[in-house]
Amino acid sequence: MLEIKNLHAGINGKEILKGINLTVKPGEVHAIMGPNGSGKSTLSSVLTGNPTFTVTEGEVSFYGKNLLEMSPENRSHEGLFMSFQYPVEIPGVSMVNFMRAAINAKLKYFGKEPLSASEFLKLMREKRAVVQLDNKLASRSVNEGFSGGEKKRNEIFQMAMLEPKLSILDETDSGLDIDALRIVAEGVNKLKTDNNATIVITHYQRLLDYIKPDIVHVLYKGKIVKTAGPELALELEERGYDWIKEEVDNAK
Amino acid sequence: MSAINQYIELYKSNSETINKHSNGILNDLRAEALKAVENGNFPKRGDEDYEVTDIEKMFSPDFGININRVELGVNPADAFRCNVPNMSTCMFFLFNDTFHAGKNAIEDLPKGVIIKSLAKAAVENKELVEKYYAKSAPLSHAQTALNTLLAQDGVFVYVPKGVIVEKPLQLVNILNSHSPLMVNRRVLIIVEDDAQAKLLVCDHTQNQDVDFLNSQVVEIFVGERAIFDYYDIEDSSEKTTRASSFYVHQQQGSNVLIDGITLQNGNTRNNYIVDLDGDHTELQLLGMAMINHHRNVDNHTVVNHRSKYGHTNELFKYVLDDKATGAFSGLVKVFPGAEKTEAYQSNKNICASEDARMHSKPQLLIDCDDVRCNHGSSIGQIDQNALFYMRSRGIDERDAKLMLMQAFMNDVIAGVRMENLKDRLRQLVENRFMDAKGSTCSHCMKSCQSNKK
Repeated sequence: MLEIKNLHAGINGKEILKGINLTVKPGEVHAIMGPNGSGKSTLSSVLTGNPTFTVTEGEVSFYGKNLLEMSPENRSHEGLFMSFQYPVEIPGVSMVNFMRAAINAKLKYFGKEPLSASEFLKLMREKRAVVQLDNKLASRSVNEGFSGGEKKRNEIFQMAMLEPKLSILDETDSGLDIDALRIVAEGVNKLKTDNNATIVITHYQRLLDYIKPDIVHVLYKGKIVKTAGPELALELEERGYDWIKEEVDNAK
Repeated sequence: MSAINQYIELYKSNSETINKHSNGILNDLRAEALKAVENGNFPKRGDEDYEVTDIEKMFSPDFGININRVELGVNPADAFRCNVPNMSTCMFFLFNDTFHAGKNAIEDLPKGVIIKSLAKAAVENKELVEKYYAKSAPLSHAQTALNTLLAQDGVFVYVPKGVIVEKPLQLVNILNSHSPLMVNRRVLIIVEDDAQAKLLVCDHTQNQDVDFLNSQVVEIFVGERAIFDYYDIEDSSEKTTRASSFYVHQQQGSNVLIDGITLQNGNTRNNYIVDLDGDHTELQLLGMAMINHHRNVDNHTVVNHRSKYGHTNELFKYVLDDKATGAFSGLVKVFPGAEKTEAYQSNKNICASEDARMHSKPQLLIDCDDVRCNHGSSIGQIDQNALFYMRSRGIDERDAKLMLMQAFMNDVIAGVRMENLKDRLRQLVENRFMDAKGSTCSHCMKSCQSNKK
C-alpha cells in the first residue's frame, strides 16, 4: 500500500531524511526505531503532509497514487492517519464538532451524504469504547486540559473513528504510564485487520511488547540502516543504539 | 478647512428648524455645544488614540441631515422581526433617529419602566432628563459636542428603583434612506438603585448601497447595586460609517456588562468610557470584531477606577481578513484612593491575511498602591499547528480556518449573560465567517420586506 523510494526531505534548507526506502503491505506492522534526531518524526510529518517540511527528492506512492501531491486532508481521506506525538490543544472547538467535521469531510470526498446527528453520536459512542474514552472528554474542547494519557487515548479514538488504512503512531508511548500504555495498545490491536497496516515509531521497545511488529527498521542519520524481524527490537533494548551507530559510521 | 465647519454652518442657518423638532434640554444645551464645536476639531489620523481612524475624514463628506424629520420610508415597527436574540424581547426601534415602539412592547414593561422618544421625555419626564442629560458626555469631545449640537431625538430608558425587568429589552436601530444621510442619535439610560435590566441593541442598515454616517452618543447611569447589561451589535453595511461614544457611570455595588460586537460594518469608531464611581463596582467590558475587505473597526476604551474594591474584566478580540484594519486602544486608570482595585485587560487578535493590519495599545495607569492589575495584547496568525492537526484529520483548510476563527471568539461569547443570545451569537459568528460577503441579519430584513409584500 505504501511505497517510499529514495525520500529526501528537510526543514529550512537542512536535510534530515537522506534517502528513505520503505515498503508497507496490508496487514503488516512495522516498527521504526532509532536514536534521537535520526529523523523518525520528520518521516511521519512528511508522510502526513506537514507544510513545515520540504521534500527535495524521491517518491511516495500510496495505493498507487502520488502521496506527495496530495493535501493533508486528502491523505487523510485516502486512509492515512498519524497519531501525533504532541496532540494539539484547540480551545473553543469541541471534540464533537471536530470529529463531525472530519467524518463528514471524508464522506463528502467519496460523494456520500453526511451522517445524521444520531448516526454520528452512535458512532462516537461505539468508538469511544475502543479506548475507554470518557464521555466528558468527548464533550470538551479538543485536547484542552487533557492529561498526557488522555491525549494519546484521544488520538487512538480518532483513529477508530476514521478507520484508516495506514496508521502511523508517532511516539505514542511517550508520556504514558503503564496502564495508559496498555489501554492505548489494546485499542490499536482491536483496530488491526488484515487490510490495514501500522507504522509504530518509537524510541523504546516498551510499546512493542504490546503492539507486536512484523518488521523492525532502524533509522539513523536520515536513512534506514537496518531492517530485521522483531528480535532486532529486543536486541536494541538490550544493547542500545551505539553498536549500530558504530557499524554505520565505520562503514563510511 | 475643517470638516466641522459645514456642521457649524448647517446649525447656524437651521437652528430654528432643529429646535422646532426637538424639545427642552436638548435645545437648551445647543448654544453651549456650539461654542464647544467652534473651539474644537475632529481628531485626525495619527493623533493620540487615533492611530488608525480619521474622524475628520469620517465627517468630511456632505451627508444630508433630516432636520425637518420627514418620514423616510415605512415604519418598520409592525413588520420587522429581528432574528438576533432568538428569544422574546420588548422591542423598540430607532428608525434613523425616530423612535417607535414595537407591538405590545410598552404593555410588556413592568410598572414604572419608561422607554420612549428622548425628545418626548424631555417634556414629559423633564426632571429626570434634565438631571442626567449630557451630565456625563463631555463637550470637549468633538463628536460628542457635535451630537449635542445636532441631536433632535433618540431613546430614553428609565428603570426605577428596585424594579427588575425580566424580559430583555431590545432596541433595533435602522438606517434607511435613498440618499446619503447623517443620523445623530442620542440615548439616555437610567437604571436606578437595585434595578436590573438587559438591553440588546442591534444596528442595521437597510439600504446597502447608500452612504450613512451614524453619529451617536449613549449615556448610561447605573445606580447602587443595580445590574445592567448592554449588548451593542453592529450589523450594518460596508458603506456605513459609525462614530459612537458611550459614557457609563456606575454607583456603589453596581454590576455592568458592556459587549461591543461588530459583525458587519464599514468604518467604525467606538468609544466606551466607563467611570466606576462607587466602591465594589463590577464591570465586564467585552468586544469582538470580525472584519474583512477594506473595513475598519476601532474600539477605544477608558475605564476609570475612582473608588475602592472595583473589579474590571476587559476582553476585546478581533479577526481581520483581506485588507481590513483594526485598532484597539484601551486605558485602565486607577485613581488615588481606589485601593483593592482588580482590573484585567486583554486584547487578542488574529490577522488571517497578509494585508490585514491590527494596531493594539493596551494601557494601565495606576496612581494607587495595593491594586491587582494586568494587561496584555497579542496579534498573531491562525495557529498553524492546530490548522495542520485539523487538516490531518481530513477537515479541509478553509473549514479548519473557519472553525479556528470561530473558536477564537468563544471566550467573548462565553461572557454573554443571556443563554439564548449566546447560542445565537455562536451561530451569527459562524454565519459571518462562512458567508463573508453577505450580511448575517440582512437575510432577515429581506424576509421582512417580502412578508410585507
